[in-house]
Amino acid sequence: MAEVIVVTSGKGGVGKTTTTANIGTGLAKLGKKVIMIDTDTGLRNLDVVLGLENRIVYNLIDVVEGKCRLNQAMINDKREENLYLLPTAQTRDKSAISTDQMLQVIEDIKNDEKAFDYIILDCPAGIEQGFHDAIIGADRALVVTTPEVSAIRDADRIIGLLDANGLKDHEDLIVNRIRPEMVEKGDMMSLDDVNDILQLHIIGAVPDDENIVVATNRGTPLVGDESLAGQAYLNICKRITGEEVPFLDLTAKKGFFGKLKKALSKK
Amino acid sequence: MNILELFKKKNKSGDVAKDRLKLLLVSDRSNCSPEIMEKIKNDIIQVISKYMEIDTEGLDIEITQTESEENNGSVPAIYANIPIKDLRSKKM
Repeated sequence: MAEVIVVTSGKGGVGKTTTTANIGTGLAKLGKKVIMIDTDTGLRNLDVVLGLENRIVYNLIDVVEGKCRLNQAMINDKREENLYLLPTAQTRDKSAISTDQMLQVIEDIKNDEKAFDYIILDCPAGIEQGFHDAIIGADRALVVTTPEVSAIRDADRIIGLLDANGLKDHEDLIVNRIRPEMVEKGDMMSLDDVNDILQLHIIGAVPDDENIVVATNRGTPLVGDESLAGQAYLNICKRITGEEVPFLDLTAKKGFFGKLKKALSKK
Repeated sequence: MNILELFKKKNKSGDVAKDRLKLLLVSDRSNCSPEIMEKIKNDIIQVISKYMEIDTEGLDIEITQTESEENNGSVPAIYANIPIKDLRSKKM
């Protein structure tokens, strides 16, 4: 039976959609059958991050309203045969779907003949209806945050809400946009600091990597490539499947650049 | 300039952020709205005023962190600073 994972954060702009795209793609690269559902009705973006925006015909809301069959709305990513996207509507709002309807869609996907291993939900920012729709059917939550006061505060609020909705002990934290050189200088909270404050298991640490911007520009998630972020995302995917993977040394490479920068600035 | 920065290690912004967050989350998590804090404050004033005269203007109450002796960690606590005006003015 498919495991349902919701990617959430509370605060907007911390990298939820990018994380969803990379984790979904990464799990597919590991041979798992994956479907990603964009639950951010009205502000959908998972399709563009995945480069699938031109392939959308039907969407989640059409399925719910009976305008098409579930299978017609699922888009198969041509680059990853194991990967599917169920987009949502862009011209509707969050009230277009109820939590019961969302649960039914998830149930139908679980029973789909494609036999998915993972159903990954990209949650909207905020704690309103859209958030509740996204978490209602989840077995597990990935909370994305960045090492900033505002993002961590919102993550804490989200963790409280997830706890209250039966996901306690099924939550993991992803710390995104880490800048190791700033952490080294003491100008950014470290993983230990974040862990100390939120007291939640950290399943992944992703560096702030320019390659993410490039990958989003192209609509090709970088998970699994040689970039630090690409490796970090693939490691998260492996940990999701239960494999034990040591954390990347984010400082190693940056340390080299740091030294280089220092050497250059000395002359 | 880099070297100078290395020496003023105190009060790194990362530590400031962590300290601010710790306090912020205590009040967020306690789910204590300003109205509830105001009610607690008024109740405390009522109770203590029965026995002594206190400076209600100077009364300060907040939820904060305090070091726990058993858990070797910090635990949330209600901190109240209640200045006494005159101990003897009211009959016990």
